[in-house]
Amino acid sequence: MAQLATAKEDGAAARPAAGSSGRKPFRLSTLMSIVGTMPMIATAVGVFFICIIYSFVLSFTNSRIFPAFGADNFVGTDQYARLWSTGRWLVSVNNIWFFGLLSIVANMTAGYLLAVFMDQRIKQEDLFRSIFLYPFAMSLVITGLVWRWILDPNYGIQATVRGWGFEDFAFAPLVNSGTAIYGLVVAGIWNGVGVTMAIMLAGLRGVDGEIWKAAKIDGIPTWKTYLFIVLPMMKGALLTAFILQCVGVVRVYDLIVAMTQGGPGISTQMPAVFVIQHITDRSNVGLGMAAATMMLLPVIVLLGLQVFVQWRANRVKENA
Amino acid sequence: MMTTEALAPSAGTSRIEDGPRGAKPRTLTLSRVGVYVFLILAALFFLMPLWVMVVTSLKSMPEIQLRHIFQWPQQITFEPWLKAWDTACTGRDCNGLKPGFLNSVKITLVGTTVSIIIAALNGYALSFWKYKGANILFGLLVFGAFVPYQVVIYPLIIGLREIGLFGTFPGIIIIHTIFGMPILTLLFRNFFAALPPELFKAARVDGAGFWQIFFQIMVPMAVPITIVAVILQVTGIWNDFLFGTVFAGRENMPMTVQLNNIVQTTTGVREYNVHMAATILTAAVPLAVYFISGKWFVRGIAAGAVKG
Repeated sequence: MAQLATAKEDGAAARPAAGSSGRKPFRLSTLMSIVGTMPMIATAVGVFFICIIYSFVLSFTNSRIFPAFGADNFVGTDQYARLWSTGRWLVSVNNIWFFGLLSIVANMTAGYLLAVFMDQRIKQEDLFRSIFLYPFAMSLVITGLVWRWILDPNYGIQATVRGWGFEDFAFAPLVNSGTAIYGLVVAGIWNGVGVTMAIMLAGLRGVDGEIWKAAKIDGIPTWKTYLFIVLPMMKGALLTAFILQCVGVVRVYDLIVAMTQGGPGISTQMPAVFVIQHITDRSNVGLGMAAATMMLLPVIVLLGLQVFVQWRANRVKENA
Repeated sequence: MMTTEALAPSAGTSRIEDGPRGAKPRTLTLSRVGVYVFLILAALFFLMPLWVMVVTSLKSMPEIQLRHIFQWPQQITFEPWLKAWDTACTGRDCNGLKPGFLNSVKITLVGTTVSIIIAALNGYALSFWKYKGANILFGLLVFGAFVPYQVVIYPLIIGLREIGLFGTFPGIIIIHTIFGMPILTLLFRNFFAALPPELFKAARVDGAGFWQIFFQIMVPMAVPITIVAVILQVTGIWNDFLFGTVFAGRENMPMTVQLNNIVQTTTGVREYNVHMAATILTAAVPLAVYFISGKWFVRGIAAGAVKG
């Protein structure tokens, strides 16, 4: 099991790959290697490089349905100016921050809490884990449709509880533009918290058992040990869970379409939905690509930061 | 490379099986009771939607009008299930989920196979036959795992349209292959790179070439990682909605898209029981994969959840 996906980068790099050591004549096997990885070359260069550049260039044009590259189609940064004065986009950006922060904080907190409780030598651990994780097997469309039904004002929880005699009970977040986003957060957490729990539980169990003994000898209460000693020690698990969350948040699309379709009004619009709408129904590719570029920006900044940190760390190691 | 460690949490995940390390339980104390109460309440929260789905799908519409969303049906009916499968309408078509199911089966089978073969080759070449620039390609690919789909969807639409594959079966397979490639390649590369190098060297000494070593030595060794990849791809492709909407076209519309269309159709009476039956039917395949594969599934998502 441990050998599954665990090879660290340095492990792979330290061992010189057989086909790449030093200068050597071009061999048939190298050609075969290139032939065998043609799809990868096409994808890496064609999709994750050329397509991104293509989208970026389109964001400076006034393309409507089809890409337009004529001299008079280039409008400079007009699309960006228009984007940032479009109410729908501003709402989307606000929403993704709000939704993202709330989802991630709630998800990480709940995930760690569940993991800590799961770590108490409980009976039926496998059963509980299956229950917490099964929603993740289902698509976000299904998650969205189920929660929309549960939160339905006329037939869902609200109607049921009112039927029990609590006439004033109100719990139908999706029909109110101020609260709809909370409904999305609940559904998103239901779907994804099990994964966070599984990662955190693995992190907890990776912490050296000696730490627990030492904490016990020092008389530190269990909850304090979990919060102040163990938690800071599992940075890897926290980072993994966090990155998964971030990627999920930026991509949130299915959930919106299934649950609120961006409504009521435009109150749950998100950037991912905005882009798709503009390259399909609204046929305004230039604006859509400007929005897509804005979506890519935080990813590039974060990855750049990580590469920089890694590079710094490597240099320190070399100098030492 | 950056991200690799973050993407490969299974080193930690494997420890799940080592057993708990927390404070040792004594006899049944108040705090033990508290632990179980918390876990059971949490479990109820997670099970509630499943319960509501099943219960709603077995009720008749008049019973749903009684507004007891949690109650077991007084009279069980399988009518909604038949209707969801066979005759539910999306717009003017009234063929139920059947066609979507068949499309999803086709897309999932072919998409999984193609994407895994390609990714295995990539991982193999990246581990043993690195050519000049291979690292840069791999870096681009890993970067691709983090790129929001929306950034590349439009150029892909244009590109596929140019070669006449937009809205066709090969088109949607290509799309799933592309977007599955970063994480699958990473999986296979890490797996092959962790194999003992003597294995490869011995085969080289014997004069085996690129393809021979791949098919005769590496493929048989790669069974466990292939299982993880299959779980990842089957659930990922089956659950896909965005690519199905954009690229599959009407002829190949996958089940998730059809489900959404059935539920969102605004004409006629909204049949909530049919909607929930359709939802369960669509969830059935990934759920089956989940319960059959058990711990493998956890490994798969831990390794690949970054795919989103």
